[in-house]
Amino acid sequence: MSALENRPERQYQSHSSGIWQLAWQRLKQDRVAMVALAIVAFFMLIILLSALGLIAKNWDDQVGVSFASPSFVDAVDNGEALSAEAALPELAVPKDAAIVDLRDVDPLADVLPEIEAKAKSLAATLPAKAKTLPFGGDKWGRDIIAKTIKGAQSSIFVGFAAAFIAVFLGTLLGALAGYFGSWVNDLLEWIYNVFTSIPNLLLILAFAAVFNTRGLFTVIMILGVTGWTGVYRLIRAEYLKHVNREYVKAAEAIGASHWRRMFVHILPNVSHIILVNLSMLVVGFIKAEVILSYLGFGVPVEMTSWGTMLQEAQNELVNGYWWQFVAAALLSMAVLITAFSLLTDALRDALDPKIK
Amino acid sequence: MTAYIIRRLWQMIPTMLGVMLLVFLLFHTFAGDPAQVLAGKISNKADIENIRKQLGVDEPYWKQMAIFAKQVVTADFGRSWSTKEPVSEIFAKRIGPSVTIMAPILIIEMILCVVLAMLVAYWRGSLTDRAVMIVCTIAMSVSFLAYIIAGQYFLGYRWALFPVQGWSDSVLTNLTTYAPLPVLLAVLVGLGPGIRFYRSVFLDEINHDYVRTARAKGLPESQVLFKHVLRNAMIPIITNVAMSLPSLIFGAFLLEKFFSIPGLGREVINAVDKSDFPIIKAATIYLAFATMIFNLLADVLYRVADPRVEFK
Repeated sequence: MSALENRPERQYQSHSSGIWQLAWQRLKQDRVAMVALAIVAFFMLIILLSALGLIAKNWDDQVGVSFASPSFVDAVDNGEALSAEAALPELAVPKDAAIVDLRDVDPLADVLPEIEAKAKSLAATLPAKAKTLPFGGDKWGRDIIAKTIKGAQSSIFVGFAAAFIAVFLGTLLGALAGYFGSWVNDLLEWIYNVFTSIPNLLLILAFAAVFNTRGLFTVIMILGVTGWTGVYRLIRAEYLKHVNREYVKAAEAIGASHWRRMFVHILPNVSHIILVNLSMLVVGFIKAEVILSYLGFGVPVEMTSWGTMLQEAQNELVNGYWWQFVAAALLSMAVLITAFSLLTDALRDALDPKIK
Repeated sequence: MTAYIIRRLWQMIPTMLGVMLLVFLLFHTFAGDPAQVLAGKISNKADIENIRKQLGVDEPYWKQMAIFAKQVVTADFGRSWSTKEPVSEIFAKRIGPSVTIMAPILIIEMILCVVLAMLVAYWRGSLTDRAVMIVCTIAMSVSFLAYIIAGQYFLGYRWALFPVQGWSDSVLTNLTTYAPLPVLLAVLVGLGPGIRFYRSVFLDEINHDYVRTARAKGLPESQVLFKHVLRNAMIPIITNVAMSLPSLIFGAFLLEKFFSIPGLGREVINAVDKSDFPIIKAATIYLAFATMIFNLLADVLYRVADPRVEFK
């Protein structure tokens, strides 16, 4: 509304504001959207810092006792954590005994005292393990906060990278189909029909079965290659509409090539759709990554993500160690996804006021 | 209408061929030699050699494709690589539990979502409406996994309201004892997106002229909504239900995994884990076929819901 009110005043200026500027003005008036934007920006800052190695760099360090309880929880839970700690030396004793028994057959018997001495000196240099950590520790005594940050980094990175691939594929194919029509359109429509006739999760699982090397790159490729269909359909419809418009004809008249007309002239006019879909896909893919990693088809074992944290949390919950579950699933993931979804809704409203 | 259905069935053939080609490309060319895929998963060398012979790995691609096409046409996908059970038998055995779980989920979820969305649409713009929408958005943001883990822990383990997991041979026991918790959780998860979707559908309808006419002739708002608007909103409702029908067969595989329900979804996850390709290939082909049939069914139902729809 206010954009309209502003208009008469703007006419005196030498330039009129573009779609992005108008959208930004509309977005700024939406208080929910600005809060959501701030939260998303905060998460991005955190994972940027973590990617640069400035924070959560040593998330893998075992700084606390196993299942160290959060600092704000008192005695009852501490007792459990302590008993878990107390159980460790007990386990260690039979191990020692076994080594003693094996001495006569052990080829390392001669060097063993030396090794043990070394091990002792190393053990002495280890810092004392904390009984409590700010938000508790996991099975190996790693700080949950650092772990959640690192987990967020992999999950969000996968979400964004896969969404970029899906949007790139969808835009490219949709533009080709909508712009050229005829057999290009028929061929791409056929591929689209094939991909959409297989339920999405089954398609992802089928790809996961074939590319069964676990790794960030694999997850990103699987999600990206299976997720382009929605963007394709929308972009194709837009290109069908735009290709006959006068400005495209004018571009043709001044000798612009097909490529130039497609991506320099038409693309900016559909870019708002791309942006909205990109952010919708990011949300979807973060969720999908969590499920894939939970099932064991996602990020590799040496990394952590929200999905692997949930996998660990499932068994910990039964033993009363709730903090990893709360940190990964409820606090960080739900907050980010809620903010991201609200931002996406607001973006859609701001960029395309016609659509409700 | 018969002509329409026949034409639609005819049009399915190229798509089906495409699905076959995609499955073939994935499992026969990208996946590589089964001897490599199965190394460390099946120890018996003779078994692997047997599998290679059945697939015709050493033959040219067109011959392998012919073998695969024959499997699809005869609906005989051979035997599972890991358990050596015929794939068709596995599917026949697993589909029951999946449907037992999914049918109640779909029915309860649809009814609840439509009614609640109707109520929210009735109170549109009010504080209740906004509050429900915010709760829905937040509820959608929590991972499905988190619901299952928390639900299983609190409702099943802590408060012992339901069995934590299990399955029996009797359909009745399954429905009354083992199904309620997974069904409850899935319905809870489905409410958020469902209410949001149907609400926007109803709000689109509410601005039409016939709604104003119905109000003008003095009908109570409830009748306007549940009789006039609902009838006109049937098409998106049918589309939405038809789109979720393939999952009726596939099952909510996460639920099946968590609650140890011996359904099709869990079978497929295990197959992915064990690189048991025949099962995944068969599931993909069957599901693609089912999806196309359900889409056709939805298009036919449009006509039933709205006589103005014409078959072209």
